[in-house]
Amino acid sequence: MEHYLSLFIRSVFIENLALSFFLGMCTFLAVSKKIETALGLGIAVIIVQALTVPANNLIYQFLLKDGALAWAGFPEVDLSFLGLISYIGVIAAIVQIMEMAMDRFTPTLYNALGIFLPLITVNCAILGGTLFMVERNYNLGESVVYGVGSGFGWALAITAIAGIREKLKYSDVPDGLQGLGITFITAGLMAMGFMAFSGIQL
Amino acid sequence: MASEARKNVLDPLVDNNPITLQVLGVCSALAVTTNIMTALIMSVALTTVSAFSGAAISSIRNHIPSSIRIIVQMTIIASLVIVVDQLLKAFAFEASKQLSVFVGLIITNCIVLGRAEAYAMKNPPWLSFLDGIGNGLGYSLILIAVAFFRELLGTGKLMGYQVLTTVSEGGWYVPNGLMLLPPSAFFVIGLLIWAIRSWKKDQVEAPDYQIHQVHRTEVL
Repeated sequence: MEHYLSLFIRSVFIENLALSFFLGMCTFLAVSKKIETALGLGIAVIIVQALTVPANNLIYQFLLKDGALAWAGFPEVDLSFLGLISYIGVIAAIVQIMEMAMDRFTPTLYNALGIFLPLITVNCAILGGTLFMVERNYNLGESVVYGVGSGFGWALAITAIAGIREKLKYSDVPDGLQGLGITFITAGLMAMGFMAFSGIQL
Repeated sequence: MASEARKNVLDPLVDNNPITLQVLGVCSALAVTTNIMTALIMSVALTTVSAFSGAAISSIRNHIPSSIRIIVQMTIIASLVIVVDQLLKAFAFEASKQLSVFVGLIITNCIVLGRAEAYAMKNPPWLSFLDGIGNGLGYSLILIAVAFFRELLGTGKLMGYQVLTTVSEGGWYVPNGLMLLPPSAFFVIGLLIWAIRSWKKDQVEAPDYQIHQVHRTEVL
């Protein structure tokens, strides 16, 4: 239990996907003008991340890993080179299924998140989370915790930057820095803030 | 025709740069720029993928049903990235270890998909190929510029060769450790955008909220 808790804290703060690995930056910068939209996107990322990381973990462990096909009678087959294409396929499929399920069962949530869902397929935070899971060899339990934690960390970061940008609108920024430039510098300062967590040993 | 080809290659370098203006493909631009070598390898990988995916997608563009086009594009891009990834593992294993997950993330790099969607779906293969090369080069330009500053100021080296002799080796330069850490990448790109936009005034974004409206007209 302690192990899972420390993995969660680590994936939210110390190894924050957005601010220390720069994943999902395009959406992080483009969809962070308003707190509500940022929050909506953040929640969608948490849900998708919590589903795709464990799903890809199962695929990796039982289909792709070196010797993973032993249960089917092919102990010497190594399909790990097919990883990328299967992960992105799984992500695209899960996002699509989620979109349809939400449309059917929770129309209000669907209307709130609807436009963000297709965006999530190409959000590198999702694929990045899966690739880190594979690189670090998490087991199923760890991958669930990591999925939720990393999604939560990303949501936290995008909501925080949206809050800052809502205030920043009223400040006097030099012409060339207006918009994108100042957002980069703000994100840099936030990343420095998050670095303060990096000394924590769990 | 020749002029359009030229425009496709040259435009994305500064005037319509994928990173500083279109806000595409920022993630890897930040993560792989601690030294020039990794930035170079990443640039070559991305330029190759975006050029060939442009050509491949554009040559089958009339046969792709529009409802599943994203999946088709993804599959083509993912296959190309797998090829690049395997080549790197075979011939530049050290570098591929350094780039870690970021080669795989070329799949979701918005430059590749964005150009496929915006350009390759509407134009013939050769022009799409050039468009891919142009955008890849625009990306490479920013990547290498950022890596140049980060490596030089962070370690006093360029491409691994000592340029500024550091204090620890009896020289005068005190390396700035911050340049090797994640936040500096944001600052360098932010300042780079500032520099480009001071040069190309038409790229400046209009502020959402004009504070000095009255004040400015008074001054003028």
